[in-house]
Amino acid sequence: MISIKDVQKVFPSKQGQLKAVDDVNLEIKEGEIFGVIGYSGAGKSTLIRMLNGLELPTAGSVTVAGRVISKIRGSELRKARQEISMIFQHFNLLWSRTVSDNIAFPLEIAGVKGPQRKKKVAELVKLVGLEGRENAYPSQLSGGQKQRVGIARALANNPKVLLCDEATSALDPQTTDSILELLVDINKRLGLTIVLITHEMHVIRKICHQVAVMESGKVVELGSVLDVFKHPQQPITKRFVQQVTEPEETKETIEHLIELYPRGKVVQLSFVGESAEQPLITNIIRNFDIIINILQGKISHTQSGSYGTLFIHMDGEANEIQKAVDYIHSQQVGVEVISNG
Amino acid sequence: MADALIMVQWEKLLEATRETIYMTSISVFATFVLGLLLGLLLFLTAEGNIWANRTVNVIIGSFVNIFRSIPFIILIILLIPFTRFLLDTILGANAALPALIIGAAPFYARMVEIALREIDKGVIEASQSMGATHGHLIFKVLIPESLPALISGITVTAISLVGFTAMAGVIGAGGLGHFAYLEGFQRNRPTVTLVATVAILILVFIIQFIGDYFTKKTDKR
Repeated sequence: MISIKDVQKVFPSKQGQLKAVDDVNLEIKEGEIFGVIGYSGAGKSTLIRMLNGLELPTAGSVTVAGRVISKIRGSELRKARQEISMIFQHFNLLWSRTVSDNIAFPLEIAGVKGPQRKKKVAELVKLVGLEGRENAYPSQLSGGQKQRVGIARALANNPKVLLCDEATSALDPQTTDSILELLVDINKRLGLTIVLITHEMHVIRKICHQVAVMESGKVVELGSVLDVFKHPQQPITKRFVQQVTEPEETKETIEHLIELYPRGKVVQLSFVGESAEQPLITNIIRNFDIIINILQGKISHTQSGSYGTLFIHMDGEANEIQKAVDYIHSQQVGVEVISNG
Repeated sequence: MADALIMVQWEKLLEATRETIYMTSISVFATFVLGLLLGLLLFLTAEGNIWANRTVNVIIGSFVNIFRSIPFIILIILLIPFTRFLLDTILGANAALPALIIGAAPFYARMVEIALREIDKGVIEASQSMGATHGHLIFKVLIPESLPALISGITVTAISLVGFTAMAGVIGAGGLGHFAYLEGFQRNRPTVTLVATVAILILVFIIQFIGDYFTKKTDKR
């Protein structure tokens, strides 16, 4: 559906040339939710803007739904853009128009006539759950409602691709989740390909199938979300994964626990996919003569499976503990000994 | 005071008010159209916008700056040959119109440009991402999104234009300025000047009231 080949984008700046996107290659399949994560300035914004021609690559080619976006101009580009819609961090609604009229805007651009337009707007209002707010102005809506209008507007011309530019970054966690659920729902129901950029691993974890990690213009890591969670390679990826698996205070808590349990071992287990759903701890207690103390744990769900971490304290004979650790290994569970008593 | 008021020729006052309203309304309308056009061109040809063109931008910018800087009373004199060529006369309400419009349109053009610059860049980008043509962008985004500022701008301009008509009156365009100068000042009847002033004030208040009403009504932010 989307093919990005050897794409570079160079901005001239006072300190010479700034490479915003540096030799990026990506293939995005139809119906996929593809996430690009990176800190601000990593070039992800520039990258997503090249998918609908808001930015043109300095070198390389961008093909979306069979059209070479990086080559076409004028009316052909405008036609293509009706099939590649976009939602924004700050919603970018027209404040002078009501909810209905905002959603009708892209239909007016596409030349859809009165009655048909009205019907489509009513459908979209229902799809995003804004019934009863049709005649409200954007200033009367909450952030989440504004983004729903943004999504309805983006879907008006039955696009093939939806680009999300930090679409949830301005929303509170609860609203973020409801918007993400709506995106997954749309993806499943309409078979829409979604490309989103974000700096929150939570967003990637919750809805993406594939993820690309960007750092200073380059894609440094690429793969299925579960794989990346399981075996993060680059330091930056590890940091992003930690955002989700380890809450801020974890490190402090663990240090505190190590002080509390001078004997035995504190072990961190990482579960991925099906292993997260097995009764591992029960098996250990039944099969090995050790004491287990559960210290802290968390399981997260991704689109393609579960991922979790668990901190436990094991006490008992040294070789019995070692056996237990080996057993955990054999169960496809990641294990890392944090302290040896 | 009663005696003084009797000296005011009410019919002449009414006639003068009518002339002022005539000059103001025609020149406000023309200023709105011309200023909007110039303002849009100034905005759209600026760097980073859809018709970005430095040469055109500088030319329009200089034209606007020059005509905005010339004091109105001098502009009228400078435009006498032009007016005579256009209308074959330099007297009467119609003869004041070219100077009024050329004096006010550049002033309004700058206000239009400022109003357009206030529009969120993201909204323009969003419209482009939907495949909007330049026509869509101008008539469905730029003008509606800046409408309250465009209206309050034309209100301020209209009030300046009332002042300009009074100045034009002194050199023979008619209207309340002419009336105050000729019937009041020249004949040493201060009451007449005062009555003319009150008439102008009422006119200004009405314009301000209408402008405020529509600014508020169109502002949904």
